[in-house]
Amino acid sequence: MVSIDIETEDGQREILRRMLTIRAFDTKAGELFADGELPGFVHLYIGEEAVGVGAISALEEQDYITSTHRGHGHCISKGLDTYQMMAELYGKRDGYCNGKGGSMHIADVDAGMLGANGIVGAGPPLATGAALTADYKGEDKVALAFFGDGAVAQGQVHEGINLAATWDLPAIFVVENNHFGEATPMEQQHNVEHLSATAEAYDIPGFTVDGMDVTAVYEAVKEARERASSGEGPTFIEADTYRYEGHFEGDHQPYRTEEDIELWKDRDAIETFKNRLVEAGAITQEEFEEMRDEIEAEIDDAAERAKEADYPDPSEAYEDMFNATVPEINDFAARMRADGGER
Amino acid sequence: MSTDTASGGGFSDTETMTVREAIRQALREELERDEDVFVMGEDVGRFGGVLGVTGDLVEQFGEERVRDTPISEAGFTGASVGAAATGTRPVVEIMFSDFIGVCSEQILNQMAKNRYMFGGKTEMPVTIRTTEGGGMGAASQHSGTIHTWFAHLPGIMAVAPGTAHAAKGLTKAAIRSNDPVIVFENKQIYEQEGEVPVSEDYTIPLGTASVEREGDDVTVVATQRMVGESLGLADELEGETSVEVIDLQSLYPMDTDTLLKSVEKTGRLVVADESPLSYGTHAEVVARVQEEGFFSLDAPIQRVGVADTHIPFSPVLEEEILPHAEDVRAAIDRVV
Ligand SMILES: Cc1ncc(C[n+]2csc(CCOP(=O)(O)OP(=O)(O)O)c2C)c(N)n1
Repeated sequence: MVSIDIETEDGQREILRRMLTIRAFDTKAGELFADGELPGFVHLYIGEEAVGVGAISALEEQDYITSTHRGHGHCISKGLDTYQMMAELYGKRDGYCNGKGGSMHIADVDAGMLGANGIVGAGPPLATGAALTADYKGEDKVALAFFGDGAVAQGQVHEGINLAATWDLPAIFVVENNHFGEATPMEQQHNVEHLSATAEAYDIPGFTVDGMDVTAVYEAVKEARERASSGEGPTFIEADTYRYEGHFEGDHQPYRTEEDIELWKDRDAIETFKNRLVEAGAITQEEFEEMRDEIEAEIDDAAERAKEADYPDPSEAYEDMFNATVPEINDFAARMRADGGER
Repeated sequence: MSTDTASGGGFSDTETMTVREAIRQALREELERDEDVFVMGEDVGRFGGVLGVTGDLVEQFGEERVRDTPISEAGFTGASVGAAATGTRPVVEIMFSDFIGVCSEQILNQMAKNRYMFGGKTEMPVTIRTTEGGGMGAASQHSGTIHTWFAHLPGIMAVAPGTAHAAKGLTKAAIRSNDPVIVFENKQIYEQEGEVPVSEDYTIPLGTASVEREGDDVTVVATQRMVGESLGLADELEGETSVEVIDLQSLYPMDTDTLLKSVEKTGRLVVADESPLSYGTHAEVVARVQEEGFFSLDAPIQRVGVADTHIPFSPVLEEEILPHAEDVRAAIDRVV
């Protein structure tokens, strides 16, 4: 399930559940990485949950998203299974990419998740392409690209948006302005105060929304989706948000202070939204805590199972290159093996 | 892998046409055959393509299916990746292969890696057509021959037709393939005529070379423009030296078996390809033949290509750089 109705209590609880799932998943991923359990890099989404959940909850199930190197939150928002995600983080065969992608490349095209991406700024042209397919085939599908404030400095981001704007494609471009591109503050990377100002250059609507307020993100994307699916073209949304953790684990973060982080944590998206629901009587504090404990237990279990799962067979490294059979791959592989296979 | 013959593998009904017309016929047939196929690139619509390949296709298929793009190679090449992953079959024209520098990220990291990285769960049925080669006085930013880069890049198939029938067969096979294929067209041979099977079913399987002329004394494995140059030379040498000419056609995958069989017969090999000589397409052919066919060889293998330079503007300089039949002849003379 992806699309939800924020007006209903069920919808609100679901939004809370998704944000909590992201936080639990990435907290766990951070711990596992610190313990030397996970290979590669992991980039945590903690603090930014309202953006992914708010945006994707406003989409329909059939819609596409493209993601970034910080993609776990987008995957969970799109309804991906946390065990298969964990298995991918471990490089196990049960992972979404059979262990070939890892944290930075989780994808589930059938679910409309066109991939996390290790290349900053590569996603917007891909989303434009998915929107082009929808437009070409006359399907009611929208493609939403997530990208960071750092990515906005990349040329291909602008090419992708310009193309979608010129062709009135059903696309939505969401900048997660978490104020840093790795260690460089947003102000040192851009000359505009609000990145949404770039929308003007394409003559498409551009908004800056509070990315710590899941409702605000949801509503902006809902409106953008309506515009997109009625043929009025793309919208550019900047979500003002913050990442609580380092760019990568072990980042000593000389670019900000603990006080800065605390200021943002005071506006924590999960806490704020939960308090609002408690006040409105949609959930009690006890129910919330129960929900959180349950999710944390689920994530622990997923991680435990992923740890125990099988690695792919080494021979699978030669698979999935092409749809067609290409004999050289096996020939070369055989020749490279110590026992010297014959051609 | 089977060898496709010059007659087009049993397709006897042919028509004489240029390489340009052969490619356009391939595009037309595939656009007709499959609604999911569409063509996009700079000026491919009303203008008919800057080198005239798409021609009048827009009149038959409309602007949705033969679409002009803004001048944004990264944008539309990236869009072709997203489109291919979601169920269409884009055919992208990149005006000059030199411009691939502008969008190489989308080819290198997205198009080539998508399927593998996602554990085989996506397909990438995208075709890129682009032009290569000197000879037009276009200077170095519009004359490069870069196919080695992409033949070398895992996850990409690369083909390069040397004749009109290869141009049609390979283009159609590329479009029908569920894998990313780049078709490298040499712009000097667009006007070259040949017999082309007119059947809509005619394709050349990717990974097959074609023996265009049989001979006994030396094998010339050629690509693109060098195929025609070598065939002309073989005619000239008739009675003196018997030259077998093979159009490599598919750079990756490569039809090693056809090359080995030929060298087994002739014992001598010349590789002629209009790209820089170091670390190139030539080297790959040489490596494969010596690894498997070393004991068939009666003489060292010879390479004919570009001397690791860019392509200069002045006709005198350009003429100096580009390989021609006489260079192939000199190479043959060294080994026969
Ligand atoms: C093309 C490219 N350049 C550089 C990097 C290294 N890199 C990885 S993440 C990152 C920062 C990206 O910042 P932003 O887009 O704001 O995303 P955020 O990390 O803040 O979520 C950089 C520079 C990369 N992966 N790709």
